[in-house]
Amino acid sequence: MKAVSTIRGRAIPLGLKNVDTDVIIPAHWLKTISREGLGKGAFETIRATPGNPFDVEDFAGAPILIAGDNFGCGSSREHAAWAMLDMGLTAVIAPSFSDIFAGNAFKNGILAVELPQEQVDRLLEVAKDEQIAVDLENQVVTTPFQDRFEFQIDPFRKRCLLEGLDEIGLTLGSESEITRHEQVREGAMPWLDKPSRRDAA
Amino acid sequence: MFGAMASKPRTLYEKIWDQHVVERFDDGTCLIYIDRHLVHEVTSPQAFDALRLAGRTVRRPDLTLAVPDHNLPTTARLAPDGSRVPIADPQSAAQLAALERNAPAFGIDYIDAIAPEQGIVHVVGPEQGFSLPGATIVCGDSHTAAHGGIGALAFGIGTSEVEHVLATQTLQLRQSKTMEVRAEGELGPGVTPKDLILHIIGVIGTAGGTGHVIEYRGHVFEEMSVEGRLTVCNMSIEGGARAGLIAPDDKVFAYLAGRPYAPAGDDWDRAMEWWRSLSTDAGASFDRSVVIDAADVEPTVSWGTSPEDVVAVSGAVPSPDSFADPSKQDAARKSLDYMDLAPGTPIEDIAVENVFIGSCTNSRIEDLRAAAEILKGRKKAPNVRWAIAVPGSGLVKRQAEAEGLDRIFTEAGFEWREPGCSACLAMNPDKVPPGERCASTSNRNFVGRQGPGARTHLVSPAMAAAAAVTGRLADVRKFAPCQEVGG
Repeated sequence: MKAVSTIRGRAIPLGLKNVDTDVIIPAHWLKTISREGLGKGAFETIRATPGNPFDVEDFAGAPILIAGDNFGCGSSREHAAWAMLDMGLTAVIAPSFSDIFAGNAFKNGILAVELPQEQVDRLLEVAKDEQIAVDLENQVVTTPFQDRFEFQIDPFRKRCLLEGLDEIGLTLGSESEITRHEQVREGAMPWLDKPSRRDAA
Repeated sequence: MFGAMASKPRTLYEKIWDQHVVERFDDGTCLIYIDRHLVHEVTSPQAFDALRLAGRTVRRPDLTLAVPDHNLPTTARLAPDGSRVPIADPQSAAQLAALERNAPAFGIDYIDAIAPEQGIVHVVGPEQGFSLPGATIVCGDSHTAAHGGIGALAFGIGTSEVEHVLATQTLQLRQSKTMEVRAEGELGPGVTPKDLILHIIGVIGTAGGTGHVIEYRGHVFEEMSVEGRLTVCNMSIEGGARAGLIAPDDKVFAYLAGRPYAPAGDDWDRAMEWWRSLSTDAGASFDRSVVIDAADVEPTVSWGTSPEDVVAVSGAVPSPDSFADPSKQDAARKSLDYMDLAPGTPIEDIAVENVFIGSCTNSRIEDLRAAAEILKGRKKAPNVRWAIAVPGSGLVKRQAEAEGLDRIFTEAGFEWREPGCSACLAMNPDKVPPGERCASTSNRNFVGRQGPGARTHLVSPAMAAAAAVTGRLADVRKFAPCQEVGG
């Protein structure tokens, strides 16, 4: 994972609630066997609507998206995070996120920043004309108008993001604990191991 | 780690969690062991590629099972001469070929598209006895929550997590909060587990379970069949909860006994000892509790583009102004515009051109029986252009055919298809055309979910059958099973 620190730039003021993963990337884009190139399909149905914020020239290449409650609800498709990354988005600000999307965003170095609705409303207003900055190290979102909105983030995720850590590499550091767990499990719950297919009774 | 550490009363979720902790870290993250990993073609190719790139192997191929479902067309897979029918869409074909290649290359059991056991991954897992009570089960699909119906801790993961499980058989997780959804009383006639879970999502909202694992408790779930429980738990994610589960009982044990991957002999007896301990202790507390009176639940239909947009079939399309929250009013206006519905329209006046019976939510044998009971001796209405019944697995299909259900469907004007995800998600040829409406037994009514511009109404299998017969959303309680004349 690439290390992330501060993301500064224009923010697309989408504002919608319950933006589901079928909206972020419709299923017909999921037939790919690659992680690349999904930006073309990102927010396809919204972008097909005239006057949508993605079409506004000022927001071309914007690194931040501002949305409503429950962003990323629905499917577990990581294609949603890949599609956003491919269109240049590296941070999303919303009052809440679905659990699975938040995890997928994190794994791809996209900051999912939770702020209360009134602060999100303020940022939606500011974003129309001005840049916004998301500072991960100090856990704060700032605007050119002295707004300073602090956010919470899981300390493990913060460290991984700041240091660009490979999570699998980290886990493999616990190899001996995993092996020990497997040995105890094999003794206590042997039925969980090596399920072999038999002919059904 | 295993066994006696229960000093304070614990919930079922906490018991399963504790039993799977490999390591606890100072920041509160835990390394959790994964007992069962189900893999399908859509969310796995990038994970296998990444393993190859990093020179990593699959740690426990024996705990992993692969089956294609999302992309697979549901039309005949074998030509009359016995040869395989090629997949027309080159991208789908490439994705299916990747799984067919990756599974054996990494030593993983693979259920082929033409095997009788093939089916939707969440139907196959329990049906094969691969999914077990008290196990941690993951799959790159959010409806993995379904397996909670047999008392497992099961949840959907993204592709990076698929890769992580393949490489390490673990996940780095934080313990979730607990939520109890208790349903007491009796469900009325014509009210099914699908209606109940739609009703629950309407009550808690689509983000109501975020950050929580739901345990469904109470008389209604105790009385419910195992297949009904799979339906309920399946849609936990539509209420925002990554997992939902129900304490396993004798019904679950009877359901699993003799299944191909289920333990047998001494292993079965030892497993039963642990499984019988899998319930929430008296005095354990939940972070949140919701109580549903079963008597309040009617056959339920979705009217909008979020699974929380539900109403009783006897009701009407709500007015956006009826919602207190201004952002919900705005969302409702957008939903109604997309759905082309006017506030106040009685639900039973809404005409449908398409009916889909299938998906990991409602494609098991009981679902097909419930639909067939309504369809028997009846035909789909002339305005219903397309009606399909898609069994959840080859074994469900075979069972249904043995019971003659296929003939009831085809005589009613339904197409009888091969198993797969089908019209649930518009990534295979089964799609609902733009601007058309579909009574669907699937789980999501999102914008474009069943095809660009398609309008989905989520219903139970019996309600879908009733809609097919009347050509409109219809109250199944008004349908007595057709009387057979002269045997």
